[in-house]
Formats: sequence, structure tokens, C-alpha cells
Amino acid sequence: MTDNDDILDPTTAAFWTAAADGKLVVQRCAACGHSQLYPRPFCLACDSTDLTWAETPGLGTVYSCVTVHLPVRADLPPPYSVGLVELDEGPRLLAAVPDDAAIGDRVAARWQPGDGGARPVLSFAPAGSLADAAEVVS
Amino acid sequence: MPEFCIAGVAESPLGHVTDQSEPSMIALAAMAALDEAGIARTEVDGLFVNYLGEEGSVQLGEYLGIEPSHADSSDLGGGSWVGFIGHAMAAIAAGQCEVALLAYASRQRTLRKRSRAHVLAPPPPESITAQFDQPAGVPVPIGHFALVTARHMYEYGTTEEQLASVAVTGREWARLNPKAWRRDPLTVADVLASDRICGPIKKLDCCPITDGGGAIVVTTAERARAAKRPPVGIRGWGESHTHWHPHQRRDITSTAAVRSGRQAYEMAGIGPEDVDIFQPYDAFTITPILQLEDLGFCEKGAGGEMFAQGHLRPGGKLPAMTSGGGLSYTHPGAFGIFLVIEAVRQLRGEAGDRQVNPAPKTALVNGIGGLCSYSSTVVLTND
Ligand SMILES: [Zn+2]
Repeated sequence: MTDNDDILDPTTAAFWTAAADGKLVVQRCAACGHSQLYPRPFCLACDSTDLTWAETPGLGTVYSCVTVHLPVRADLPPPYSVGLVELDEGPRLLAAVPDDAAIGDRVAARWQPGDGGARPVLSFAPAGSLADAAEVVS
Repeated sequence: MPEFCIAGVAESPLGHVTDQSEPSMIALAAMAALDEAGIARTEVDGLFVNYLGEEGSVQLGEYLGIEPSHADSSDLGGGSWVGFIGHAMAAIAAGQCEVALLAYASRQRTLRKRSRAHVLAPPPPESITAQFDQPAGVPVPIGHFALVTARHMYEYGTTEEQLASVAVTGREWARLNPKAWRRDPLTVADVLASDRICGPIKKLDCCPITDGGGAIVVTTAERARAAKRPPVGIRGWGESHTHWHPHQRRDITSTAAVRSGRQAYEMAGIGPEDVDIFQPYDAFTITPILQLEDLGFCEKGAGGEMFAQGHLRPGGKLPAMTSGGGLSYTHPGAFGIFLVIEAVRQLRGEAGDRQVNPAPKTALVNGIGGLCSYSSTVVLTND
């Protein structure tokens, strides 16, 4: 658990608490089994409010990706690659992907601690390096 | 139900505007549009503006000396003014106003409002954007359009050459428009050779940043009887939006134009085969391709080829972006108002060297807003 003052959204707090432990979780509907991110107070598929959190292996497929050549932030010198990754559970996430990533590539999520108490930072590595990812966060 | 029309249109000063403020630009355009409409400023009772800061319609109302019975400052992005046409029709039909003034101006080229500090100011940390979007460092809005472009290329085989042909199409029209910002000759090779900015998107796949604005008068045929120019009929409109965050849209290559177009066609009782001239919103080269497909001018995935074959160019079977579009004519942050102004001028047969000949009878206008999020579509006719 973490007591991060930066987590100001109660609906997503559990997501970031899990992230601080190196886990990627999705919100799952107990009524219909639908998985969703970002979390809401109801299921987008069936309107049920019976929602739980499910830890995922973080495996997914690149749905789209681009390389950014613009300077966007001081901590992100270009070029760098960003992708929309579709988790095997269904939801998509926007995060850094490998420089040579292509649509259709299999990737695995990894969390890195945020600087100075900031939220952990999600990125995706080639799926084969899942074991490495587990070491990074431990 | 009154018959709705556009009774007057005008641009403000365009390009690099150093001797006007945004309200004064709007005032010049509004007075010119009202003059075309044969309607006095003091008769305006509906005010539709956006991007003038908080309570924009209130501030502009004071500047123009207008105390409206209906006001709308909905933020629907660059497509807002195409949507405002429908909002104005609804307000008029409900008896809330009779003469609607739709207006916009921006000096973002001069004032550098679109600097990165402005666009990428950190969102509040509790926002979904700060939690699930912004950490990845996707530049707004180009990164969102780049993700769409990359996926469209993957799914449909759209090529960078086809994307470049969209910019070339706009430039061929711009070369016929003395008001266009960019009028130099442009080739596919030029676009391909320009600097890569984000994913498949290169510098010349992007609209320039200009100053500019405009005004549109929407009213009933009855109130437009004193118009100095032929009023243009509004036969159909529709709007929708789909998402804000790119991870929340299941099919990012399909836009809200699917729905807004269907609504507009149904109200007008026409289909894409009846459209003589098309004004798509070309913030980036991918967007007119998406709109061609989503509005039914070709099969999904065939938009790039339709551009590459030259069908949208001067002399083509579906003239489009006839002002030069956002890519070459002007793009002061939001382009929607200019799509309507150009469609009206083409329908009236007063577009000068770029006039489509014979003059078109039916125009389809589609505004895009947000991060490829919003679409508003209208059908305009000159009969
Ligand atoms: Zn459910």
C-alpha cells in the first residue's frame, strides 16, 4: 500500500496503489465479466456497480504506435515511441513502447517508480522480457 | 417550421494580423456578414461564439452591443461553427431567437497562443488525462492524429504518398485563392521530404498556424428577404462526439462523422451521390481521408486512393477543400467557420478563380473537433 498524496481521484486510487506494488490491475465487473480502464463507478457494458479489481499479467498487443520527434517535456527527450496497447483482458493503455515497436507486436507492461513520490510510470517492453520486468519493480 | 438559411458570411482579416484585436476582427466580420444579410446589428438576438475565454458570448455581446435572447458558447473544438448552425436552427425553431450570429477570431499566430506551454499545460493531477494520458508524452493534438494515421495505414494500406496527395490537393486550390496563406507549388515529394514530426506525420501534413476569423448569419428565409446576396438553404445537419482519450475509442479510424453524416443526409433527404462539393476539415492530411470514408463517398480505407487519383482536385469529380483548406488557406486554431464561408461562396458562384464550374447546387460541410473527437455535418443548397 501507499499513502500517496498525489492520488486525488478515489475511483482510481486502487489502480495506483497496485501500480506502486508493481502490479497492473483492471476493473472487472462481477455481474458480466467485462474489464475496463480507466475505472468508473459502474460497468460500461451492463451498468452494474458490482466492480472488483483484477491483477493482470500485463500482456498485450500494440494497437497503434508512433515515434514523437517533438520536444514535449524536459524529462522526455525525443525521439521516443508511444503506443496504444490493448491488454489481453480488453482495455487499452497509452504508454511508452519499444523504439522499434510495430502494430501487432506482443508487449508486456512494467512499472517504474515515479520521481520524487510521483505516480509510478507505465511502459511496455517486448513480451519476452516479462521476467526482466518483474525484477525491475521488485 | 421555418425554412432555414445562411443569409451572410464574411472572413475577418486573415494571415498575420497585427493591427486588430480578436473582438475587433469579429466585429469587422460580423458587420460584413450582416450587411450581406440585409439585417441590422441590433436585430441579432442569437449569439454563438467559442474560444474567447470564459463566458465568451457574454464578453462579445458587450463588445458588439448585442443582448441576445439565446447564447451558446459550447466548446466543440474546431468544428464548433458547423455545429452551431444546427444549434441555431434548433434555437430558432424553438422560438428562442430569429437572427443568429456565429463568430470566431484568433490571433494565435501573432500571440503564439499555441505555444507548447499553452497546449501542454499540465492537467490537474486528479484528471483522467493526467493519470492515463499525459504521462506517455503524446503531443496534443498531433499525437492523437498520428496514432489514427498509423492505424489507418496498418488497417487499410494507406500510404504516406496518399496522405501527401491530400496536402497537394489543398495547395492546388490555394493557388487559385489570393487570400490563401500558402500558395507556392507543392508536390508529393515535397511533403515526403519535410521533417518528420510525429509518427507518420510530417511538417507538411500539418496545417499552418495563422490569425483569422469570420462570421455567419443564420436565420429564416422570411428574415433573409432583404439579403443582398442569395441566401443559401440549410437542408440538413447532424453532430456527435466519440471520445477524448485515444485509449477509449475502440476503432480510432472511424469518426463521429459516421453518425453526424447519417443525420445530415437523412434530414436533407439526400445521399453522398447528390453532393457536388465537399468541405472537409483538414487539420492534418489524415482527416479528409477519414471524412471521405465516414461520409460515404468511398469504401472504408479507400479515401487515400481517392485523393491520390485526383478526384478532389480542381476539375475533379468531387471538388473538396476548395479554399485551399486548413492545410494551405488558413488555420487559426479552429477552422470550422471557414468551411461554411467557402461552401456558401461556392454555392453562390462567387469564388473567383477557384469557382467550381458549373456552380455546385449541393455542398456537404464537415467540421472536426477535439482530438479527432467531434463531428458536425451540414448540407447546404442554393435552391
Ligand atoms: Zn458488467
